[in-house]
Amino acid sequence: MQVIAQRPKSLTDLNFTYCPGCTHGISHRLIAEAVDELGMRNIMMGVAPVGCSVFAYKFFNFDMAEAAHGRAPAVATGMKRARPNMHVFTYQGDGDLAAIGTSEIIHAANRGEKISVFFVNNAIYGMTGGQMAPTTLPGMKTSTSPYGRDEKDIGYPITACELLNTLRAPYYIERVSLLSPQDILKAKKAVLKAMTYNKENRGFTFVEFVSTCPTNWGMTPLDAQKWAKENMYPFFPVKLFRDKGVEGGE
Amino acid sequence: MGEKVLMKGNEAVAEAAIRAGCRHYFAYPITPQSELIEYMSRMMPKAGGTFLQAESELAAVNMVYGAAGCGKRAMTSSSSPGISLKMEGISYMAGAELPAVVVNVQRGGPGLGDIQPSQGDYFQATKGGGHGDYKLIVLAPNSVQEFADMADLAFELADKYRNPVMILSDGLLGQMMEPVEFKPHKTEKEMEQLDKQHFDWCMHHNQDEPNHHHHEVNSLEIDPKVLEKHVIKLGEKYEKIKANEVRYEEYKVTDDCEYLIVAFGTAARIAKSAIDELNEEGVKIGLIRPITVWPYPYEAIAKALTPSVKKILVTELNLGQMIEDVKLAVEGKVPVEFLGKVGGILFTPQEIKDKIKGMQGETCK
Repeated sequence: MQVIAQRPKSLTDLNFTYCPGCTHGISHRLIAEAVDELGMRNIMMGVAPVGCSVFAYKFFNFDMAEAAHGRAPAVATGMKRARPNMHVFTYQGDGDLAAIGTSEIIHAANRGEKISVFFVNNAIYGMTGGQMAPTTLPGMKTSTSPYGRDEKDIGYPITACELLNTLRAPYYIERVSLLSPQDILKAKKAVLKAMTYNKENRGFTFVEFVSTCPTNWGMTPLDAQKWAKENMYPFFPVKLFRDKGVEGGE
Repeated sequence: MGEKVLMKGNEAVAEAAIRAGCRHYFAYPITPQSELIEYMSRMMPKAGGTFLQAESELAAVNMVYGAAGCGKRAMTSSSSPGISLKMEGISYMAGAELPAVVVNVQRGGPGLGDIQPSQGDYFQATKGGGHGDYKLIVLAPNSVQEFADMADLAFELADKYRNPVMILSDGLLGQMMEPVEFKPHKTEKEMEQLDKQHFDWCMHHNQDEPNHHHHEVNSLEIDPKVLEKHVIKLGEKYEKIKANEVRYEEYKVTDDCEYLIVAFGTAARIAKSAIDELNEEGVKIGLIRPITVWPYPYEAIAKALTPSVKKILVTELNLGQMIEDVKLAVEGKVPVEFLGKVGGILFTPQEIKDKIKGMQGETCK
């Protein structure tokens, strides 16, 4: 018998706590596969955020820190500076990274911290029950924008890649999506690239996953994917923003 | 011990921290502690360590969380308004049981207050400040030498108990210059031992199966039964600290003292001058100076309450915070009076003397 698919070594055998149809499981797996494939499991450390993926520290099978809300890039900075021979990533949602943690992410990127940041954008706060996120789309109804996000009152969605791309230090910035099998294969390549650069201590690497939240969007997983393609792509286009590892990539 | 050098308290504690093996320092500038961060920016790179000026106090304390989570001796420092911002990270470090050192060079508050010496953060440091059931070990120096010595002590206690330790200083001790003598630097061997001491729980290099480890640096326990156990375990640790780590100084306390002053830090220093003069004038008076303000020397105060003691005076650079702990120790046996100064103003020895004279007069009536 030949094993053609199995749990990556970089994931523990705990069951995920995510809702059916949630894309967190996919992004966890992509990161774990990349760590395995690059042979980094023994030199890897990660930081979990506050939000739906708050238990990520239990799921990744190497040393993990659980950070205060939004502070993962600061915690990762302390870890990388303390153990420069190790490699560090953060895993953050949209509330964590683009609302309460905007200061930490901008400054970690601006310092060119030699860490990877994986940013899960599903335009809503999942863990607390579907409240408005900094990336919630105009007109989108959430439990704290019951009449739809009014951009004249609360502004437009924050676009993290575009924001970070104004800084000089970051080494690699790409937005991918998890909305179809083809998208997931492309996302895997981006994760591998970020982790390869991380392994080589090249600089700050950032991958955003355009994701879904079927539960709090009130949709089936398939409808959520369709809705995301139609509504999220105009605000969050899938795009390579910067890759200093290739010629002309800056 | 080396030769004596003349240094500001802020610089002395920084130098002493480096000598104690601290190689990771993260902070944000604020008066009156800026000499500390400036000293670290000059000297930490020379010691082969990390100096990082963070974007905020929040970021700085969370960088400490990351470095301490990796088992390294890490430190941050600030002054009162910045310490309020660090309270988030302090609570998380207490919950995750991380050894780290936080220096507070107190200034006047509340709010932005002013930049003069104060002891207004006593409650914040000793009674909580951050959220949840936790305790900091809090050391209160009253000289530049003691400020410096406490860097080493703070790291030792932090490592011993896996608990954050605060050095509760103030703008006077931070800014003033005094002769100070330093302990020698940690040897290479000692640094290696320090690096390995937390390998059983901290984040560090890994191995393949069967020795692969999955350490979690974490303060989250979503199951109430698990959190209950964790907090009870923390409580037991705090009881152990209370039993073993109370430190205080008795100054001219005798069996026939009629008056006692209880004061810490800068206030205690001023009280000593007043006591010297009062003793010369025939007043039987001594000082109890808590060195750890948590754990608090309740028993030492109770023990000093000989039958001859008529009254106790508590002097603080605030509206009266530590006096509550003194009253707990005294249990109503004698009157406890208060002399305080706020707004960054210091009292003079004469003002303490006048207060004691007034208390004498009332006692005679």
